[in-house]
Amino acid sequence: MSIKHLLGLQHLSVNTITQILDTAGPMKQIISRNLKKVPTLRGKAVATVFYEPSTRTRMSFELAAKYLSADTVGLAAASSSVVKGETLIDTARTVAAMGADVIVLRHPMAGAAELMTRYTDVHIVNAGDGMHEHPTQALLDMFTILELKNTISGLKVAILGDILHSRVARSNLWGLTKLGAEVHVAGPPTLLPVGLQQLGAHVHDCPEAALEGADVVIALRLQLERQRQGLIPSLREYTRLYGLNAERLALARDDAVVLHPGPMNRGVEITADVADGSRSLIAEQVTNGVAVRMACLYLLTVGDGGREDIN
Amino acid sequence: MRLVEKAQILDEKGMARALTRIAHEIIEKNRGTDDLVLIGIRRRGVPIAVRLAERIQRIEGTSVPVGFLDITLYRDDLTKLDYHPVLYKTQVDFPVTDKIVVLVDDVLYTGRTTRAAMDAIMDLGRPKVIQMAVMVDRGHRELPIRADYVGKNVPTSTREVVSVEINEIDGQDRIVILDRIGQNE
Repeated sequence: MSIKHLLGLQHLSVNTITQILDTAGPMKQIISRNLKKVPTLRGKAVATVFYEPSTRTRMSFELAAKYLSADTVGLAAASSSVVKGETLIDTARTVAAMGADVIVLRHPMAGAAELMTRYTDVHIVNAGDGMHEHPTQALLDMFTILELKNTISGLKVAILGDILHSRVARSNLWGLTKLGAEVHVAGPPTLLPVGLQQLGAHVHDCPEAALEGADVVIALRLQLERQRQGLIPSLREYTRLYGLNAERLALARDDAVVLHPGPMNRGVEITADVADGSRSLIAEQVTNGVAVRMACLYLLTVGDGGREDIN
Repeated sequence: MRLVEKAQILDEKGMARALTRIAHEIIEKNRGTDDLVLIGIRRRGVPIAVRLAERIQRIEGTSVPVGFLDITLYRDDLTKLDYHPVLYKTQVDFPVTDKIVVLVDDVLYTGRTTRAAMDAIMDLGRPKVIQMAVMVDRGHRELPIRADYVGKNVPTSTREVVSVEINEIDGQDRIVILDRIGQNE
């Protein structure tokens, strides 16, 4: 396989997804060493360009690049020429002209990363574009599941909460179904977009149905900053009807695991005892995120002599 | 371009004898097995390292730790490749600091793999000494590197390929020289 950009999981082949997940294993070993650095991407530069606030994704990408010996530079839109009116395309060209080999882009508009690929020659990694995709988050979720379950095929995965605003849900839906999982989503009807069935999801409006016999439970962050339109009556009602608590989790299989892409609203979409419980892999997800991003940076920038542009 | 078998250098018995001799040499040179560890370079250095450890165990009655090393991330030609080398896990479950590390590989050629392996080991700790054991030394070094233990020295031309076949991977034990036929060279 060979791809130039990582824009999303919708158009990624099973082979490529598997290759990224296979590569993340050896990468994770490096993070656990005393000397957390390999010389692989020496002389490469990775720019993180973020038009939305983020701590973990951005730090995760920067550390992933640094562990591989690439140089990193970060652009936060709030403190850059963006506030002077520079367009996304001009920003991309500017960063590319400085010699960046990879641009990691987060942007509030769907398709922003794809747009960048048309105007620069550098590798573009989508770190979240609007409500569209967040491929590395889904890949790290899949890697975390694989570590524990050894397979994804045949698993029942429940994704709970604010599906409408969630790019993580979309990327996971595409990725998990490609690898053979059965994906069930549940949330308030106002937060369930139409057309999810066509994407291969089983849709429920009560979480109990999705949780019944699930192997994996992914609780999504209620995107409070996007809730001004009155899509839910109140936080308390949301928590009572849709939040993940120990009682609901008991419906899932005894060996079910719990994921959350973070940052968590403790006490809203997930109770503290579940988030910190023995089945929670939330801390492991963060470590795995660095490993998966190392794998992505490695696979994008190494061996691109014979690549074909799939994305 | 295709590869055509030219000559067999060692058969199964010959390989077994060479391995037994190397095992004796490792023990002799290091005056026993104190602080000794073997690290096989993936892929074919791995079964060879395991076999050497078995022989050392038989001779000295001591078990020597064996690790496996993937050197892909340390290669110096990554930017020139037009494919992705498959990444395997490194499995060195013991400290290498202050140890006598014997690197094990199938063929010593340019020395670039050995260089990468030494860098990879150094990132795991600070060995007392690093030594090198190979089944075949075929010459054509591009770096100032040499092996401490050699199964067989085989003068080759750069057009040729030396193939060490190992039962665990290839279904049989033997070493052959192949010739490249065609234009791509």
